[in-house]
Amino acid sequence: MAAGSAYREERRPRSFYALAVFFALFVVFLYGPVVTILTLSFQGPSGGLTFPMNGFSFYWFERLWSGRGTVDIGTAFRRSLMLGLTVMVLTVVVSVLAGLAFRKKFFGATPLFYVAIASLIVPSIVVSLGIALEFRIVDDVFRPFLSSIGLVSRRGNSLGLFTSGLGAHLSWTLPFGLLIMFAVFNRLDKSYEEAARDLGASNFQSFRYVILPMIAPFLIGISLFGFTLSWDEIARSSQAMGSTNTLPLELAALTTTVTTPEIYALGTSVTAVSFTVIFGTLAAFVLLQRRRRMRALAG
Amino acid sequence: MTQRLDAATQVGASNANKGVSSGARKRRTSWTPAWVPYAQAAPLALVFFLFFVLPLVATFVVSFWNYTEYSIEPAFVLSNYQDVFYGCFSGSSGLCTTFATYLSTLKFVAIVWAVTLFIGFTVAYFLAFHIRTLPMQIALFMVCTIPFWTSNVIRMISWIPLLGRNGLVNETLASIGLVDAPIEWLLYSDFAVALALVHLYTLFMVVPIFNSMMRIDRALIEAAYDAGASGWQTLTNVIIPLVKPGILIGSIFVVTIVTGDYLTIGIMGGQQIASVGKTIQTQINFLQFPIAAANAIVLLAVVLLTIWGMLRLVDIRKEL
Repeated sequence: MAAGSAYREERRPRSFYALAVFFALFVVFLYGPVVTILTLSFQGPSGGLTFPMNGFSFYWFERLWSGRGTVDIGTAFRRSLMLGLTVMVLTVVVSVLAGLAFRKKFFGATPLFYVAIASLIVPSIVVSLGIALEFRIVDDVFRPFLSSIGLVSRRGNSLGLFTSGLGAHLSWTLPFGLLIMFAVFNRLDKSYEEAARDLGASNFQSFRYVILPMIAPFLIGISLFGFTLSWDEIARSSQAMGSTNTLPLELAALTTTVTTPEIYALGTSVTAVSFTVIFGTLAAFVLLQRRRRMRALAG
Repeated sequence: MTQRLDAATQVGASNANKGVSSGARKRRTSWTPAWVPYAQAAPLALVFFLFFVLPLVATFVVSFWNYTEYSIEPAFVLSNYQDVFYGCFSGSSGLCTTFATYLSTLKFVAIVWAVTLFIGFTVAYFLAFHIRTLPMQIALFMVCTIPFWTSNVIRMISWIPLLGRNGLVNETLASIGLVDAPIEWLLYSDFAVALALVHLYTLFMVVPIFNSMMRIDRALIEAAYDAGASGWQTLTNVIIPLVKPGILIGSIFVVTIVTGDYLTIGIMGGQQIASVGKTIQTQINFLQFPIAAANAIVLLAVVLLTIWGMLRLVDIRKEL
């Protein structure tokens, strides 16, 4: 049978080629449509929403970014960027802390874990509506009192980018962060901490000098999830942003009104940010791993 | 990274279980003060309490409230649920709006589930069993994963230049003489919705199934061949039973996402196709919060019952 398996190693079975074609088609299916709008966003000034290309220009990008066009994109862009970065930092910090907590025993660990999973599964429109309702109720109950002592204005509401919006995004990014931390800490032997302790390290020192350097590459992964999930989030944001709109919300609203390639230019700009973040993150991950390997060899 | 999700789920569950079961034991193995894990878990618990648990409670409470054209008032009435199920149990012929909407959603769930399962399984099988080196596996896996980190709305609208009336598909078909007039049902139709959903969510099948496949001991497959099984028999008798947990986790993701979806159905259906999520959204826009809340609670119940049913079908704890 050894010969048989060696045979299988040497020559690809026929099913390999069939599956390879299937996989290639799948990749085309995944990327093909996106490539078409990336191409069409460079449509000439007289070009329309579909092929053929009427020349090649940056006309629609200039129109989009100069604010002369149908959309004022700069504000929404900055807003999404600020929120995304905040969500990213908070996701990393909260996930790492929670990951450390789950390494020990504490009362309520099981319910907390199931709540995190539930937050991933419950339809986003339900969560979004719930957050909107919660903030309305809080406004109705507390605002009269708070305004009477002059802390907030009488009229207005607490729904906003960095109140309900931030919370809505965290309820979506944290389950991912937590699951990655579980995967990371599951592979991390507890004896490292014990060794640090035996050498006289305090709790904080063992985290700072032993645990943190070991989990650092995976924190990059969590920040990738934190930023991109927030940057593209729409379903949970829909009711929770109050009067402010994030970039994806603007984009979704535009799908019904805009009939020029400007929307493709916007799509290309948003995707460019996503790709910069994704490939930047992956490069950082690879670099960190390589530097570590070099150091391990040198040491 | 995502391929670890279901492994992590399992680890998390078992860690969490350990936490409770051994909490009774007094022997402390760690030097950390007992309050430390509570302080570390507090931010996470606080976020989920404020932005997940309380909102659900608020939704449940408000679903029993009264509303007028311009305000909502605390009350305890069942009229919102009566409105949701208006005409459903009267015995008249024809489905009530709510049942018809859920039926339409169920149709998308069935189609998208079947297609994503087929594609997801095939792609995962190719990656896990036909690609021989780990770096190549990781590279191809990343190729599948990257779209997950880009915007869903953009991935939806990117179908417009392809499927539209003057889109690439219609132009091509016309130029080779296959059709005389452009095909109308390509965009803003059931077809477009199903296609976009498959496009967006196949990854949720690929990742857990791939993860389950990577954990299969290769010796088992060798053994099956040695015992004279054909490739097909190995697939159905060895591999499929072993990747059941992965299939289940992927199915839960796809089914719950499609059930609660309103954006894809809205954009790709040209705002013409009904879905529960869209109903809720419309009611919110008209400030009819209590009935929107009642609809949300019903949707939540349907999703939870579906997951419960799926977990009954495959005992995930036994399989893992």
